[in-house]
Amino acid sequence: MGTVEYIQHHLTNNTIGEGFWTFNMDTIIVSFLLGALIVFTAARLGKQLESGTPGGFQNFVESILDFVSTNVRDAFPGHNPLIAPIALTIFLWVWMMNFMDLIPVDLLPWLFQLVTGDSHAYLKVVPTTDLNTTLAMAFTVFALILYYNIKIKGIGGFIKMFLFHPFGKFFVPVNVVMTAIEEVSKPLSLALRLFGNMFAGELVFLLIALIGGTLAVGAAALFWAPLQVLLDLGWLIFHLLVITLQAFIFMVLTIVYLGMAHDEGH
Amino acid sequence: MSINATLLIQIIAFVLLIWFVNKVLWGPLSKLMEERQKKIADGLSAAEKGKHELELAEQKAKEVLKEAKAQAQNVLSQAEKRGSEIVEDAKVKATEEAERIKASAQAEIEQEVSRAREQLRKEVATIAVSGAEKILGKEVNAAAHNDMLEALVKQI
Repeated sequence: MGTVEYIQHHLTNNTIGEGFWTFNMDTIIVSFLLGALIVFTAARLGKQLESGTPGGFQNFVESILDFVSTNVRDAFPGHNPLIAPIALTIFLWVWMMNFMDLIPVDLLPWLFQLVTGDSHAYLKVVPTTDLNTTLAMAFTVFALILYYNIKIKGIGGFIKMFLFHPFGKFFVPVNVVMTAIEEVSKPLSLALRLFGNMFAGELVFLLIALIGGTLAVGAAALFWAPLQVLLDLGWLIFHLLVITLQAFIFMVLTIVYLGMAHDEGH
Repeated sequence: MSINATLLIQIIAFVLLIWFVNKVLWGPLSKLMEERQKKIADGLSAAEKGKHELELAEQKAKEVLKEAKAQAQNVLSQAEKRGSEIVEDAKVKATEEAERIKASAQAEIEQEVSRAREQLRKEVATIAVSGAEKILGKEVNAAAHNDMLEALVKQI
């Protein structure tokens, strides 16, 4: 298999359907499973909650909750009981989907091909390298931004925000364009940042995997194989930071955007 | 790579997951943590209150002790006063008694003396009469010389 084919193969989704009605089954199933894992773990933890002296795992989860609620308190003005669960969901889900990136790139596709018996079966295991996932979350956040903008400021206030912000009442057309760009760029930047980071990270893993795959032939393997392991380990440690950071950024920006939507000052 | 219906599915999944996380994880756990925080705060304030009460009690104990000490001092001084009074009283009484005894002794002595004197007087009269008889060789008429004898007796 050639280098280009290898990469392309890895970056193609396993799909069902045609045209717009195509479903990226791998993305959907993996993200659903990870979501189910969160819910299942939470439900199991919920049955044995300890108020006085929490055990190890509960402590861990509580520290995540504390972390999220601290961020919400710092970045979100006022009070809305829905913001923290949204932030927590984003952080956990995005982090877990990103974590799929750290599983060796060939392991799950190889297992999948083994199970299905189809040696060319596609499987793209990282849901956040699929623009559909990141855009889905960004659009949901965007919908919430619009909803709270209108709820807090009222329709009039929302229109006023478009007309008189940021340059005052003498630049109405410019203001409309600027505010529209500002608002639309929020979901787009959210989605594209996460997608870009994860896609690039996955690509680097694939390239590192290629070192052993195509270059190591015969005696050369003695040199290339250790190098691959070393590079893989380095990138993995660095990427562990990246996936956490990306999940964190998505969460914080969501809180900030929703906080801006709640701000009546505009 | 292209955007397709997966987007819709993922939106639904995301919304569902938010709902689930809120219901199963965030709701109960944050409530628990809030309760715990409240419990800790309550405990701290109770400790603070206990400390305050202890301080008050200590102060009160001090006051009571002070009062008791003062009372004891009072009782002691009163007792002392009463004691000295009793002693004074006893002294006075003893003096009076002594005076009385002395007086009665004096009276007795005087009585004795006067009795002795009487006796003496009588004897002197008799001795004088008998002496005079002897000197004169004859009986003295006691009656005749009574006046003189009486004067004599009085001189003794």
